[in-house]
Amino acid sequence: MSTTFNVNDEEKTVDVDPDTPLLWVLRDDLRLTGTKFGCGIAQCGACTVHVNGQPRRSCVTPVSSIEGQNVTTIEGLSGPEADAVREAWAEFDTPQCGYCQSGQVMTATALLARNSKPSDEDIDNALNGNICRCATYVRIRKAVKAAGEAMEG
Amino acid sequence: MAPFDTPTPSRRAFLTGAAGLVIGVALPLKGRAQSGAESVLGGAAGGETTFAPNAFIRISPDNLVTVLIKHIEFGQGPWTGLSTLVADEMDADWSQIRAEHAPADASLYANAAFGPIQGTGGSTAMAVSYELMRKAGAAARAMLIAAAAETWDVPASEIAISKGVLSHAASSRSGNFGEFAEAAATQTPPAEPTLKTPDQFVYIGKDVPKLDTGMKSTGEAVFTLDVYRDDMMTVVVEHPKKFGATVSSFDDAEARRVPRVKDIKQISSGVAVFAENTYAALKARKALRVEWNESGAERRSSDAIAQERQEKAKNRGAVAGENGSIDEGLNAATTTHEAEYVFPYLVHAPMEPLDAVIERHEDGGVEVWMGSQIQTGDQQAMAQVCGLEPAQVRINTMLAGGSFGRRAQPTSQFAQEAAEVFMAAGGQTPVKLMWTREDDIRGGFYRPLTVHRLRGGLDDAGDIVAWEQTIAGQSFLAGSAFEGLIQNGVDSTMVEGASVIPYAVPNFNTSVHIVNSPVTTLWWRSVGHTHTGYAVETFIDELLEKGGKDAVEGRLALMGDHQRLAGALQKAADMAGWGRAAPDGHAFGVAAVESFRSYVAQIAEVSIENGTPKVHNVWCAVDCGVAVNPEVIRAQMEGGIGYGLSAILFNELTLGDDGAVMQSNFHDYRSLRIGEMPAVSVEIIPSAEAPTGVGEPGVPPIGPAVANAVRRLTGETPRQLPMIKALQA
Repeated sequence: MSTTFNVNDEEKTVDVDPDTPLLWVLRDDLRLTGTKFGCGIAQCGACTVHVNGQPRRSCVTPVSSIEGQNVTTIEGLSGPEADAVREAWAEFDTPQCGYCQSGQVMTATALLARNSKPSDEDIDNALNGNICRCATYVRIRKAVKAAGEAMEG
Repeated sequence: MAPFDTPTPSRRAFLTGAAGLVIGVALPLKGRAQSGAESVLGGAAGGETTFAPNAFIRISPDNLVTVLIKHIEFGQGPWTGLSTLVADEMDADWSQIRAEHAPADASLYANAAFGPIQGTGGSTAMAVSYELMRKAGAAARAMLIAAAAETWDVPASEIAISKGVLSHAASSRSGNFGEFAEAAATQTPPAEPTLKTPDQFVYIGKDVPKLDTGMKSTGEAVFTLDVYRDDMMTVVVEHPKKFGATVSSFDDAEARRVPRVKDIKQISSGVAVFAENTYAALKARKALRVEWNESGAERRSSDAIAQERQEKAKNRGAVAGENGSIDEGLNAATTTHEAEYVFPYLVHAPMEPLDAVIERHEDGGVEVWMGSQIQTGDQQAMAQVCGLEPAQVRINTMLAGGSFGRRAQPTSQFAQEAAEVFMAAGGQTPVKLMWTREDDIRGGFYRPLTVHRLRGGLDDAGDIVAWEQTIAGQSFLAGSAFEGLIQNGVDSTMVEGASVIPYAVPNFNTSVHIVNSPVTTLWWRSVGHTHTGYAVETFIDELLEKGGKDAVEGRLALMGDHQRLAGALQKAADMAGWGRAAPDGHAFGVAAVESFRSYVAQIAEVSIENGTPKVHNVWCAVDCGVAVNPEVIRAQMEGGIGYGLSAILFNELTLGDDGAVMQSNFHDYRSLRIGEMPAVSVEIIPSAEAPTGVGEPGVPPIGPAVANAVRRLTGETPRQLPMIKALQA
């Protein structure tokens, strides 16, 4: 069965089992490998993408459920929030192993899009679903804050 | 379109260069992506040049300096750290530096701390590379200068070099490294290159941007899971639910009906499902029906295993450390104090579960993409399964999504499984073996369940006159390449941090019982110190309190032979303002642990909320010798604290009454989340000593520091871990 949706502003049609999680379609079929597998049960956030601008766990999102919708992955993430987040990530050298960081960046960007001046608590709440086993949390907090401040200009 | 066929533009640009300076052996300048194996072994293309006995640097005509890193990068910073050493001695410009993993070749890239084995672990990367990589950089610098001197026909002594530019002031000439790469390749490397003195350092001790940060915030960093080869099959393996069980029989009729499933085969560790894509493999595995032979399996619960070890620890075992007379010391004591600790099995749970890609190479060998942590062992294991010589197994060491010890397997079990599935599928079709999180949590190779029993004696003055510690746990080194670490019944990885303690005690005895089980175990970030640090640092805290002594002053008074640790402790105390009252409902706790020749002290500020310790602040002081990359050191302390905290607060892997693992994923084996991460301040003690590692030493003190604070709040040291178990019981 085929499903058609937009990924990073390009229309894609895939012919896969409709139950297939979006994560595996992105990775196996579209080779957008920046979106990571971490748990498969929406516990870790490594697979976070945006669907119509909102963070979504692609590992539990059946591809059939996003017919006609707009998916943004880390590869297609752009705009002032994304730029600010990536710059702040570099400023604090946030990643360690880096495997969870696509998901962290996706979630952080979505947070800043709705709240450019997040408090520590706002940051903790928004990013509580994104596990980092390296525990880069101290730097994530600083970087998200700095990104928000940079956007204020 | 496979990621491996599309390197980033900057990488492509330098990899296609055909000539240039190569410090090392046979390094053609053609290659791809983030591993060096292809470039070193990938055929005849490119200008091969053979040079002096180090194999760490390539300079291409387009002026990029690539440093080949012999240690795997999974977050602890060797790419940046080892490159810093090279860049400094070369006087390169940091912007021209690139890093990639060295190929698997123990003759060039052995870890001096491991013997003739290439691998990463024990926080050794910086310690064993400090001189080696500096010499490599210094040799390259000398050869570039010699090349410029020859080209310009001026004395080498008149040539200056700074930020990647060679210059001759008198004749107003200058040139970059790329321009002289080819000419430098014809120079004789110096036998003993002159190293800089510390006052000449330009990068060491300063902060440089990490080389892998950019690619890790854009999704461009390529991990093993991201490798796709033409016609590759994805493979998942159904493993037994109990350790030591084997396949008795299986019914795959239903599984084979899942579309895009290619094959199902039994291998030594279970039943392998081969499919065209990941979801089909996962779906088919669910539909498999496997009968297991459990006759040799561990069928006891983890509680029963703990009880066996608790019994053992009631009597002394093989002596690991001793001075004075423990019996006389205990007899002479006016007060004695006893404690028993039970440390559970722990899972490493790196974010990227284990994975590997294997394909047949046209020369008959195999090419492997894997986050291999002990390349030499993995190479041998795969060679054996594939019927090849180890050199025919070409490992592309990949960036890996964490390890914490998990990818360093003395028995190379995962590499063996990967090779087995490849051969089971005929040995021609590329395969990607992927473990899921459930495979990871239930897959064994845990931090061993370990019991400590301590007895301490105080005299009338409250001074400690006797310290007896008995440890019972499992050894994971028996039968491995690291078996030599077991001597006279003592596995040093079980007693490190307890066989010698930093406190002068006149009568001291530490001993150990090795108690085995089919449950597979492994080193877990900071290894023995994960439990010895906790037991020693909470017990000393209690003894000091019973003797009427301050936790910091009392420790310092006993640290005569351990002045670097004392320095870290004093610094942490100063940072935290030790001695001040904690905010209402909060308490401070302190711990100091030497591990892997680095010295770390931490003070935690803790309260109890809903039966769970909440850690508000941690002050951390570290002495790891010369601080090559201060920000990497700080980040490792922060990360070590978070990683240790997760385990000490929340984590235990348990076996139920039938021996089956009770946890399966992050919902029941929870990880510390950002809202649970304390604020962390780190200070680095200035030092001229040779650098030591930081990947592990941040972990051991956090547990006991928190526990000591909890004791001040509740009156009890949590002795059955994790803490939530004791506090919520």
